[in-house]
Amino acid sequence: MADRITLQVTRYLPEESARPTSQDYEIPLRKDWSILDGLNHIKDHVDGTLSYRWSCRMGICGSCGMTVNGEPKLACATFLADYAPGPVRIEPLNNFPVVRDLVVEIGDFLEKLSAVKPWIIREDEEPVEGEYLQTPTELAEYKQFSMCINCMLCYSACPVYGLEPGFIGPAAIALAQRYNLDSRDRGSHERLDVLSTDEGIWDCTFVGECTRACPKHVDPAGAIQRYKPTAVAETLKAFLLPRGKR
Amino acid sequence: MSEQVEHVDFYARWYKPRISRLWWLRRRSYLVFVLRELSSVFVAWFVVFLLLLVRAVSQGDREYQRFLDLSANPWMLALNVITLFFVVFHTVTWFDAAPRAMVVRLRGRRVPARIVLLLHYAAWVLLTGITAWIILD
Amino acid sequence: MAKTVVEPIRWLLFSAGGMLAALLIPGLLVLFGVAIPLGWLDAPDHGHVLAVLRNPITRLVLLALCVLGLFHWAQRFRYTLIDGLQLKRHSDIINFLCYGLAIAGSLVAADLLLRTL
Repeated sequence: MADRITLQVTRYLPEESARPTSQDYEIPLRKDWSILDGLNHIKDHVDGTLSYRWSCRMGICGSCGMTVNGEPKLACATFLADYAPGPVRIEPLNNFPVVRDLVVEIGDFLEKLSAVKPWIIREDEEPVEGEYLQTPTELAEYKQFSMCINCMLCYSACPVYGLEPGFIGPAAIALAQRYNLDSRDRGSHERLDVLSTDEGIWDCTFVGECTRACPKHVDPAGAIQRYKPTAVAETLKAFLLPRGKR
Repeated sequence: MSEQVEHVDFYARWYKPRISRLWWLRRRSYLVFVLRELSSVFVAWFVVFLLLLVRAVSQGDREYQRFLDLSANPWMLALNVITLFFVVFHTVTWFDAAPRAMVVRLRGRRVPARIVLLLHYAAWVLLTGITAWIILD
Repeated sequence: MAKTVVEPIRWLLFSAGGMLAALLIPGLLVLFGVAIPLGWLDAPDHGHVLAVLRNPITRLVLLALCVLGLFHWAQRFRYTLIDGLQLKRHSDIINFLCYGLAIAGSLVAADLLLRTL
């Protein structure tokens, strides 16, 4: 295996130019290095002006999402050796505005995430001793959707999010489902008002790219598809039984 | 560096590239997705073809024979072979997608996705067999 | 963002149409579109086909297939134009044409299957 590899990194310095450019960096190729290790090497030894987000370097914080050779990946979970002999193209996450270099603006996602109320909603606290009990079967209902690390690779992969910026997006819906399916939660009708809208689940055409991109096997496409019949049932119920209890 | 770089104090200037109209050619999975969506056109064509058949049959034996001759025309045949490809593509992709919307429970335990998929294909084979048996008998 | 009533109905029609199309169309197309024209199978005689089509269950099943199949096409095709070709500006006319054609086709299907046969 060669001992060096070239990274073609997008640079966007708004104070110097109106458009992004690409800059080549030739770095050592160590067999256990991830893309993130490569970027840290560049920052520490080659070019300190490069900007990018990272934190845990072990695939749990969701900070280091980038587009690697056209695919959305976590930089800390993607290995240089798999791309040898290179070059490797590293661009900021697709479908998000670029702030600087590899840093994208994620405010839109955070707003949409809060809009689905991703917390347990109950009208009253039961007077139980200790904690609410939940069987393994009840846990299994939503556990997969709770694995989301908010890395936004799914938003980057989703063509609908790129074309319809108002689309609430895969992770937000998967996280709404995580709470809808939690036996302790009583808030699904509140989330219905946000999800069953033109810019909620009905924008989704089940492309399935979000599930392919997800590093945590959350299967957001499955979560959305599961919710569609539920939303239809709730809409029909509201229509046919307008005075039914909410 | 000796050259003067034109410098402006930093303020946020986000770069938002426009999505190309040919975005779906950029990745193979996007192209497969668009082909899947276009299979619906062939579904609509089949409905037209079916209604042509029904109309011919309702008008008598001569019209029915004329329809059969039309369906043997090389252009029509070519169209229908292409349609068959797309319609089967629709079935395969539909069966891949539809079970993900259904969570079936039997006696409290969740039926695995593979079984649901198998049941879809079994239903397909059964209905095709019944159709052939009814028409050809 | 108000809850929508139209989209769930559209999705229901699209889903039902897609399922019926997936289950029934390949078999019918192989028979009448490929095998019989190529002579691999003998064409059933006119009297038999007429009797099969006149059966009320056949009429109902074929009517459902045609109507739901057309609405399945309408929903999928309009999304392909609006997202795929980025014609969102024209979404009103696209919706009108797609669903208009689906409704027109459904009326023709109903007329042929319920009245003329």
